[in-house]
Amino acid sequence: MTADVIITSLFVFALAGFLGFTVISKVPKLLHTPLMALTNALSAISLVGSLLILGHTETTYARVLGFIAVLASTINVVGGFLITDRMLKMFKPAEKRAPASPRGEAGP
Amino acid sequence: MRENLIQLAYLVAVIGFGLSLYWMNSAKTARRGVLAGEIAFAIAIVATLAYPGVTGTGWVLIIIAIAIGTAIGIPLGLKVPMTAMPERIALSHAFGALAVACVGVAHYFLDWEHFGKFEIAVIGIEILLGGLVFTGSLMAAGKLHEMLPQRPILFAGQNYANFALIGVGLAIVAFLMFNPDQTWLIPVLACLALLIGVALIVPIGGADMPTVIALLNSYAGLSAAALGLVLNNKLLIVAGALDGTAGLILAIIMCRAMNRSFRNVLFGAFGAVDETAVEGGGDQGQVRSASTDEAAEIMKMARSVVIVPGYGMAVAQAQHKVRELADTLEAEGVDVKFAIHPVAGRMPGHMNVLLAEANVPYEKLLDMDEINADFPQVDVVLVLGANDVVNPSARHVKTSPIYGMPILNVDQAQCIMVVKRSMRSGFAGIENELFFNPKTLMVFGDAKQVVSELTLDVSGQRDAIGL
Repeated sequence: MTADVIITSLFVFALAGFLGFTVISKVPKLLHTPLMALTNALSAISLVGSLLILGHTETTYARVLGFIAVLASTINVVGGFLITDRMLKMFKPAEKRAPASPRGEAGP
Repeated sequence: MRENLIQLAYLVAVIGFGLSLYWMNSAKTARRGVLAGEIAFAIAIVATLAYPGVTGTGWVLIIIAIAIGTAIGIPLGLKVPMTAMPERIALSHAFGALAVACVGVAHYFLDWEHFGKFEIAVIGIEILLGGLVFTGSLMAAGKLHEMLPQRPILFAGQNYANFALIGVGLAIVAFLMFNPDQTWLIPVLACLALLIGVALIVPIGGADMPTVIALLNSYAGLSAAALGLVLNNKLLIVAGALDGTAGLILAIIMCRAMNRSFRNVLFGAFGAVDETAVEGGGDQGQVRSASTDEAAEIMKMARSVVIVPGYGMAVAQAQHKVRELADTLEAEGVDVKFAIHPVAGRMPGHMNVLLAEANVPYEKLLDMDEINADFPQVDVVLVLGANDVVNPSARHVKTSPIYGMPILNVDQAQCIMVVKRSMRSGFAGIENELFFNPKTLMVFGDAKQVVSELTLDVSGQRDAIGL
């Protein structure tokens, strides 16, 4: 790996870190548990690395490790997105509970 | 050409991830965020599989692994009850870290001849973080699920032992940088990382779990970013960095809410607070207790009631009963709100999820900063399974272990009702002077049972059926 590739990667890492800090600071405390579940599902994108290993190797031990990695990442992706959505579905505003008032953005 | 298209697909996925987190800033748009994340993820996976050179056996193994993973993931997503959410989240950190550690080990053995010092250092850190988050998260999940003791387990020189383990790990990484052909050290490093994970979580008590889960989240993200650095995969770097910062922000919020530093949480073992700080409780004054029907009478006459839930509500699984009580009070014309301390429960946002599950509209769930100024105007506060987060000695008793911790100012309300099993002190073993406040009424009993009885008393049903 050449030095400029490494430097570019570190740039990406630093900028993504700042982006994360700004965006995630705005998430209300109300949604912190779904946030953890969601970022967990997103970071299961390490599935990409696992797929590259499992798909391209010919050696047995790498296949075993790659298989475990793909399996564990898939569990996190599928389970993570499903559970985040399931939690978020439960967060309902007050007006939705009153059938008389039409669904709208008007506050209580 | 194909390589460029794949990179472009990754770029689209990165934007999708960014939007996904951006839309999490409001409960109204959050589900759109999940959808954006899912679409971005699908794009990234299709793009990855489009890399040429996947072997025939590779395809078969990939399909089998994804099929099994999906079969396990669906029940973990749809069936796990909300009360088990802290351990479920901890478990998912363990899976993520396991994947990263496995890829790191495999990658080293396959490619070490082509690695420079930078790659070796990053892979080493990836394996260390991946391994320690794997066992650490399993330990945390075990403690949260009460399969392991929640009390911190301590021994003399523990911190030095842990530092020594981490030091040996870093030394192995440094040695490999200069002697990359010593591949036998990689399994050693992996086993050491697994050991460090156990050693780091053993001394941490149940009440510190919110911070620790958030920190493990952060480490899991950083290990994924390290994997991205080694593979030169920008999508992985960004996703890992986002996950890492999310965990870090949550951990900082948790620490601030307890007025403690990371160092103190990780190495201080809260449960081991010296007993001299505990004041003699008996001479603080009279404790007044009330029956549920007396308490219900007072609540019925109040204009506003604020309910303060804590871990005790989660343990008693009383959230649905609490909502029934809130609905009944509102039918009587009482204004009901919930005051949520950031560290109430066992993970960030724990109380919010439980109450949302019980159909409490989220406008009624108020954060500490939103509600603290209103307490003097509140007629009745109902403290349900919370203790240290409402202890006024955090404001003025300098010797108290929780001194300086921001608390919910419930003692400023007109009347405070505390539902508790007994006069036993809270997690930190600190006497709560709130219980001796002349405005405080203790309602003894199991949270769930007391709340259902309160509901019956408020609605008047108990009189109607002649109990």
